Amino acid sequence: MAKMKTNRKHYSAGAVIWIVIKYFSLVFFSFVALLPIVSCVITAFKTDTEYQSTNVMTLPENWLNFQNFIDAFNRANMGRAYLNSAIILVFVLLGSVLVGTQLAYVLNRFKFPGNGLIRSLFLFATLLPGIAMQVSVYQIMSNLGFINHLYGYIIMSMGTDVISIYIFIQFMENISVSLDESAFIDGASYFTIYWKIILPLLKPAIVTSMVLKGVGVYNEYYCASLYLQDKRTLGVVATSLYTFTGPLGSKYNLICAGVLMSLLPALIVFLLCQKQIYSGITSGAVKG
Amino acid sequence: MNAETMKKTKKPFSMKKWVKSRNGQQTIVILSFMIIPLLLLFVFTYLPFGEMVKFSFYKMKYATPVDKRQFVGFQNYIDVFKKDECFSALKLSLYYMAGAMVQLALALYLATILSFKTKFGNMFKGFMFFPYLISGIAIGFIFKFFYTRGFVFDTVLQWCGFNLESLPFWLKDKSVNNISLVASSVWRYYGNNMVLFIGAIMSVDSEMYEAAELDGANKFQQFIHIILPSIKTIVTLNVILSITGSLSAFDPPYVITKGGGGTATYFVLMDKIAHTNQQVGLASAMAVVLLLIIFAATILQKLFFKLVFRSSDADNEEYTRRKRLRRERRWKKEAV
Repeated sequence: MAKMKTNRKHYSAGAVIWIVIKYFSLVFFSFVALLPIVSCVITAFKTDTEYQSTNVMTLPENWLNFQNFIDAFNRANMGRAYLNSAIILVFVLLGSVLVGTQLAYVLNRFKFPGNGLIRSLFLFATLLPGIAMQVSVYQIMSNLGFINHLYGYIIMSMGTDVISIYIFIQFMENISVSLDESAFIDGASYFTIYWKIILPLLKPAIVTSMVLKGVGVYNEYYCASLYLQDKRTLGVVATSLYTFTGPLGSKYNLICAGVLMSLLPALIVFLLCQKQIYSGITSGAVKG
Repeated sequence: MNAETMKKTKKPFSMKKWVKSRNGQQTIVILSFMIIPLLLLFVFTYLPFGEMVKFSFYKMKYATPVDKRQFVGFQNYIDVFKKDECFSALKLSLYYMAGAMVQLALALYLATILSFKTKFGNMFKGFMFFPYLISGIAIGFIFKFFYTRGFVFDTVLQWCGFNLESLPFWLKDKSVNNISLVASSVWRYYGNNMVLFIGAIMSVDSEMYEAAELDGANKFQQFIHIILPSIKTIVTLNVILSITGSLSAFDPPYVITKGGGGTATYFVLMDKIAHTNQQVGLASAMAVVLLLIIFAATILQKLFFKLVFRSSDADNEEYTRRKRLRRERRWKKEAV
């Protein structure tokens, strides 16, 4: 007790007010952030009768009632959706990392006419809003015969985004050029230098960009529903949620279960790779 | 290629030599590493961009064969400007801009708090950031549920003492539905902005805070005089991004209300015109018009901020110059 009193003396009145405001804000906005999700969790565990008879914020009687999850999983064909999403993710991430690091390597290490132009072409591309472009991308995709094929969607999604390129270039700037030089003198070709020296050293940047790109591709629903129209066989996790529109549109205990299942992979990745996600967001932002 | 083969026939060794030379190696690696990304960029960005501009001068559907498309000149553009719908859709962006400002202010506030020593700081940060990782469509369902009459939001407000009768229908009532949608967008992105700002604040030299603390500066003064100036570039960048982002707002109305009840933003309208009405020409013209508006807005803002910053930078320079002069004078005096 006495100890606490002496401890308190260190804080002035202003500091105490600041601490109260600080934690109040943090708790309040965390509550705001979590409320919609938590209410979903509560509802997802309710039986139909429970859902109809109780208030949404009343806790479910049985926290082990996974019936809604099973139903939602089957109705939305989510097994297939997870599989398709996984296939898409693997190929898109592999492809975009290879293409992105190669481009960054060339842009960062070599001076050649057009280097600046190519950089600005990529930068300018970010100004074009994606949704608006789909009007004509759709036409091109159908001319290429890419619609309703996983490979078509994969190739389209691989299109390098500026953010990963910037993450790579920034990182490469800190890899000393003398490393390349000495390898070149030892007789390594530029391909070997890229493959054996640059790529391994880029690992942290690659993880960061993969996590960001992966979350983006996993969550993409607009393009997925445009180019993978056959929802039964080509549905991805994001589009599988469309099952719950229409007649199922008010069975929220089922919907919430579906929604929670769809965001589970993102949650897992977030818990595992928090650091990479944060650093990706920070480094992606300095591009301007 | 032709030139290369010619070289080969003239001097049989030069091609091989060239390939082995440093220059040759560089050219090969540059070409082979750039061809795929440039091809992707061309096919999925610049080609569609060109096509879109072309479509905007035609009357056509997706299925219309190329020779049946009817060239209409600027008619589509005239229609865009004549359509009241388009204009009122564009006015909705104001809601999103206001929301974006609230979002940035909130993010800045929370980032400042979290950049000082805080218990459970990482946990709070994680909670507030996580919504950013949820897909747009899932957010649609979550907020349809959240705003339904008598459901989550209403219940929480009732806990706070509001009467259900006095509460509006959050997604149907035309006086609030756009605000509800904007709120969902703020909910989704403020954590992301916050993480960004925290990153920027952390890159400020921590000695600066310590020095300021010793000099007796309170938290607010530290914020105004140390944190804000050092992250102003990133804040400005985000202001610019959020304004162009507001003009192209799409997700919240598309997934939550399907654009009903006067919530259709410009792109939601465009999406409907393109894919439901199949008026591809008109939709392309809409896209081009918005693109031009976005460019204009971006350039104007860049100029504006440049002007503002240049003057403040000039102030700073003036200050350091004077300080240096004073120091030199003092040295001279001491020397004497």
